[in-house]
Amino acid sequence: MSNKAKAAAAVYSDTVVRLFSLAAVVYGIVGMLVGVVIASQLAWPDLNFGIPWLSYGRLRPLHTNAVIFAFGGCALFATSYHVVQRTCQTRLFMPGLAMFTFLGWNLVILLAVITLPLGITQSKEYAELEWPIDILITIVWVAYAVVFFGTIGIRKVKHIYVANWFFGAYILAVALLHIVNAAAIPVSLTKSYSAYAGVQDAMVQWWYGHNAVGFFLTAGFLGMMYYYIPKQAERPVYSYRLSIVHFWALIFTYMWAGPHHLHYTALPDWAQSVGMVFSLVLLAPSWGGMINGIMTLSGAWHKLRDDPILKFLIVSLSFYGMSTFEGPMMSIKTVNALSHYTDWTVGHVHSGALGWVGLITIGSLYHLIPRMYGQKQMFSVRAMELHFWVATIGIVLYIAAMWIAGVMQGLMWRAVNPDGTLVYSFIESVKATYPFYVIRVGGGVLYLSGMFIMAWNVWKTVAAGKVVAAPVPMVVAHA
Amino acid sequence: MDILYLLIPMSALLVLVVIAVFGWALQRGQFDDLDREGQRILQDDAELLDVDQPRPAHPNEQSTPTGAPRPDHAGAPDKNLTH
Repeated sequence: MSNKAKAAAAVYSDTVVRLFSLAAVVYGIVGMLVGVVIASQLAWPDLNFGIPWLSYGRLRPLHTNAVIFAFGGCALFATSYHVVQRTCQTRLFMPGLAMFTFLGWNLVILLAVITLPLGITQSKEYAELEWPIDILITIVWVAYAVVFFGTIGIRKVKHIYVANWFFGAYILAVALLHIVNAAAIPVSLTKSYSAYAGVQDAMVQWWYGHNAVGFFLTAGFLGMMYYYIPKQAERPVYSYRLSIVHFWALIFTYMWAGPHHLHYTALPDWAQSVGMVFSLVLLAPSWGGMINGIMTLSGAWHKLRDDPILKFLIVSLSFYGMSTFEGPMMSIKTVNALSHYTDWTVGHVHSGALGWVGLITIGSLYHLIPRMYGQKQMFSVRAMELHFWVATIGIVLYIAAMWIAGVMQGLMWRAVNPDGTLVYSFIESVKATYPFYVIRVGGGVLYLSGMFIMAWNVWKTVAAGKVVAAPVPMVVAHA
Repeated sequence: MDILYLLIPMSALLVLVVIAVFGWALQRGQFDDLDREGQRILQDDAELLDVDQPRPAHPNEQSTPTGAPRPDHAGAPDKNLTH
């Protein structure tokens, strides 16, 4: 069999892309449903029914893990495997290992769903899972890196497209962050103690935590942005040169933003200031990237009117721009003195999570899923349009409620009488927050209902389509 | 704050690694023709190949069953491809 015949027979490894895409939709519903439950518990605490497994403290890590690592993670696996194959013009390196990452990642998610409600936790935010699961994550992640970088290694196109640089940085950085932060001394199968103590532990935790935001929730999804926006708009990215600058500037400046989570704590003052300065610097590459993505539509703005997928993708960038302006602002110590420990932080996280990560993922999946099932378009364009508006209104309700609640809480907590005593007790601020908690539940319910619309649409699309192997374009053997 | 003796050298090392990777990319001509690279992902699969290479025939172009995914460029039905 000649090389040419072999190449003609080659097809893209899309099975794993399909599985991860569908899993992302399912986990999106699960994670956001848990989010709505805990948002309701904050408004109506009786909703935990006195059952420990349903208490807020146990469900909250389940919510964050489900939306970040199950929904976001599966979407990142799906899109990175898709993008790296299409831009490198080759099938996945070791497709069997890619399938292992699917099974392994789902096992991690299953174990999280079991252990977190049982209260088995390392108590580290966004890294709660106990040590045996952490080891499993490490194994799956190494396999992921082998598949991804192996595929880059066997690429048929000399240039490595910018999206792959973002995906590659996210995979390597998350590996490093996970290994350093998860270091722990086990005392039993379900209990371990962090290798670090006190403020050291806090510093490692937020070095991890903020870089997870930077590399998992930003760099990874920017990889999606740089492929699916040009594809959906059928135009090259506004400035490819700027996208390269965006990448390197982000990678160079991200690592030290973490200490802004520890303003006014036992962390040395200078380390806090370093965190603040780096956070402020980040505004520049972030906005460069946002403008680059949005301006891709320059000269073709009319597409935004008719195409709900582009609406998702472009509005996600607006939320990216908003969050990356708000974030540096909140990292300024004097602003942080007001905002920290209030619901403003929660609002900020969700403008990034629901607005940026959620919408870019949904838009990318709406582009990807029909193509994975031999369809040109999702089953219902009107349902996508409806999903877009429901989700956007949901986000606006959510973050506006949390802004107001957060600023109000910050002002109430710092108000002092002339004699130096506090004007308000803590419970008074909780009572004042109640209406905003109710509005937040409404926003969350809207966003969740959008996911149900998506699930129905995906179901109909998959049912109407069929799985057809996509051939890898034949390449003349390179020297 | 002993932990900073780990985290700061690690960041410094990382920056050096990033510079090295950037140098590698620069040396290997990754940034030589940026205008074309942005366009490339939009082009027909066959044209995605290195343009320096002789253009191969398209044996699989027609072999795809009707409606089969040419996932990379199957646009919405009402859209015209720009190339």
